[in-house]
Amino acid sequence: MTRALPVLSVILGILAIWYLATVWMNAPWAYDQAAREGRSLGFGALVSDTMAQARPVLPPPHQVAAKLWEGLTAQAVTSKKSLVYHGYVTFRGTMWGFALGIVLGVGLAMAIVRFRVMDLSLMPWAIISQTVPIVAIAPMILAMSNKLGIEGREVPKAVIAAYLSFFPVLVSMVKGLRAPDQMQLDLLKTWGATEAQTFFRLRLPASMPYFFASLKVSVAAALVGTIVGELPTGAVEGLGARMLIGSQFGEPLITWAALFASAILAGLLIVAVGTVERLANSRMGVRA
Amino acid sequence: MILILAFGFWALAWGLNVAAANGPMRRSRAVRVMVPVLFGATLLVMWEAICRAGLVEPVVLPAPSAIAAKIAASPEILWADFVQTVLKGALSGFLIGTGAAMVVAVICDRVPFLRAGLLPVGNFVAALPIIGLAPILVTWFGFGWQSKAAVVVAMVFFPMLVNVVAGLASAERMQRDLMATWGASYGQSLWKLRLPAAMPFVFNGLKIAASLALIGAIVAEYFGSPVFGMGFRISTAAGVMNLELVWAEIAVAALAGSAFYGLIALIEAGVTFWHPSQRN
Repeated sequence: MTRALPVLSVILGILAIWYLATVWMNAPWAYDQAAREGRSLGFGALVSDTMAQARPVLPPPHQVAAKLWEGLTAQAVTSKKSLVYHGYVTFRGTMWGFALGIVLGVGLAMAIVRFRVMDLSLMPWAIISQTVPIVAIAPMILAMSNKLGIEGREVPKAVIAAYLSFFPVLVSMVKGLRAPDQMQLDLLKTWGATEAQTFFRLRLPASMPYFFASLKVSVAAALVGTIVGELPTGAVEGLGARMLIGSQFGEPLITWAALFASAILAGLLIVAVGTVERLANSRMGVRA
Repeated sequence: MILILAFGFWALAWGLNVAAANGPMRRSRAVRVMVPVLFGATLLVMWEAICRAGLVEPVVLPAPSAIAAKIAASPEILWADFVQTVLKGALSGFLIGTGAAMVVAVICDRVPFLRAGLLPVGNFVAALPIIGLAPILVTWFGFGWQSKAAVVVAMVFFPMLVNVVAGLASAERMQRDLMATWGASYGQSLWKLRLPAAMPFVFNGLKIAASLALIGAIVAEYFGSPVFGMGFRISTAAGVMNLELVWAEIAVAALAGSAFYGLIALIEAGVTFWHPSQRN
């Protein structure tokens, strides 16, 4: 409880500021309407008006929550209006990108740890690859995969998500595979272990805590990549596409609801990965 | 023929790299620079060869030489886009966002209650796809660079905040006690001990923020921009399959991103020279 209290008060503070900002930012429109209808607007009327506009500049939290609830529950989950459906599309893209990123990250890390020449030549480029704004490449990847005859956006989305999510895995795995110290490596050598045995019995188990620690960062990055892949490219499905549609059709509530839906998705993904991490760690005997 | 030459170059470069990486000079600085450069050059040569040999159509993937020609042919466009997106949008947002995060972090550090509340929230928000705020902020601040800077501020604030707060807590108990025995005031202890001790974390945050800043500035342009800017150019040029121009913009973005990152790393090496990670 002592730990929850500060968090709760910060969240309450944010909500309070949000409500104040709602009144302040929506007031010009409310005054405008009142002036057009030739009535004067008292303070109470102003506040209640700013809380319930159809197209607010900044929707108040309860309006966003209502829209979010409506998007989640008001229709069948397979409907195109359902945020569950769009969330699932984004989730699927995230998982593909996440899986691809893990395979890529672990594979590169294995090569880097095994071959010194790979370490020297790949590592600097891996770092540079993350300083390149991936979104610059997003429309490009879409155009290219269209030309190559790949239907739909699943592949380009997964590529973008993988591009963002492989890096944390790579860095942690390189660290993890190098975690066994010289003494342990020497011991395996005196036992006459082959290289494969050293890898599977020593290096790989030793790297697992590093691997799982990187997954949380990686899954969040994959989600950002998927949403970026949906945003600027005229996609019609997915949370990113909902944000775009909301902004294009002047329906801020849709954008806000999609934004919070993606926040919920991010939270769920991080909790899920955290649970897997805890299970794996306790099975492998890592003390928490 | 071109392919054979390219494969020859590849084999040669690979052999040279393997020899250099495992040879007697393996720890020298020259090898550390040469091997990645040679690797990058090999990639470029292979790319060029694959394009020249006609294995992929130019509309799918233009050759590096064609991209370079495009860059050379349109410096004004690229420069105007660079100024709009990087200097006005990304850089101003970066400065405002990281600056505000520093101030809030110091306040958090002074008020433990605020830190206990803001840090979990900040950690969570740092993992969210903040980029989704871009359409909202563009409707608030208009199509100019201000809305791009606002997106960048929103993106960099929490990652930076989390890093700086962690950094301010990183001075050791013993060091803090020493400051206390010297009768240092809060300000002195902050200025002389805790802020310098936080610098490795600050620079870690700045590096994360640097790449986020460019992403934010470019993505925000997809939602509305004046008729120049890198994001605008990339999305419109990709729409009409003018891929040389897209790749030229990507090259500029990559260069700007790497230069920005490199500059921060350079300043970091100067400021945190005492940190173990900077020692050779």
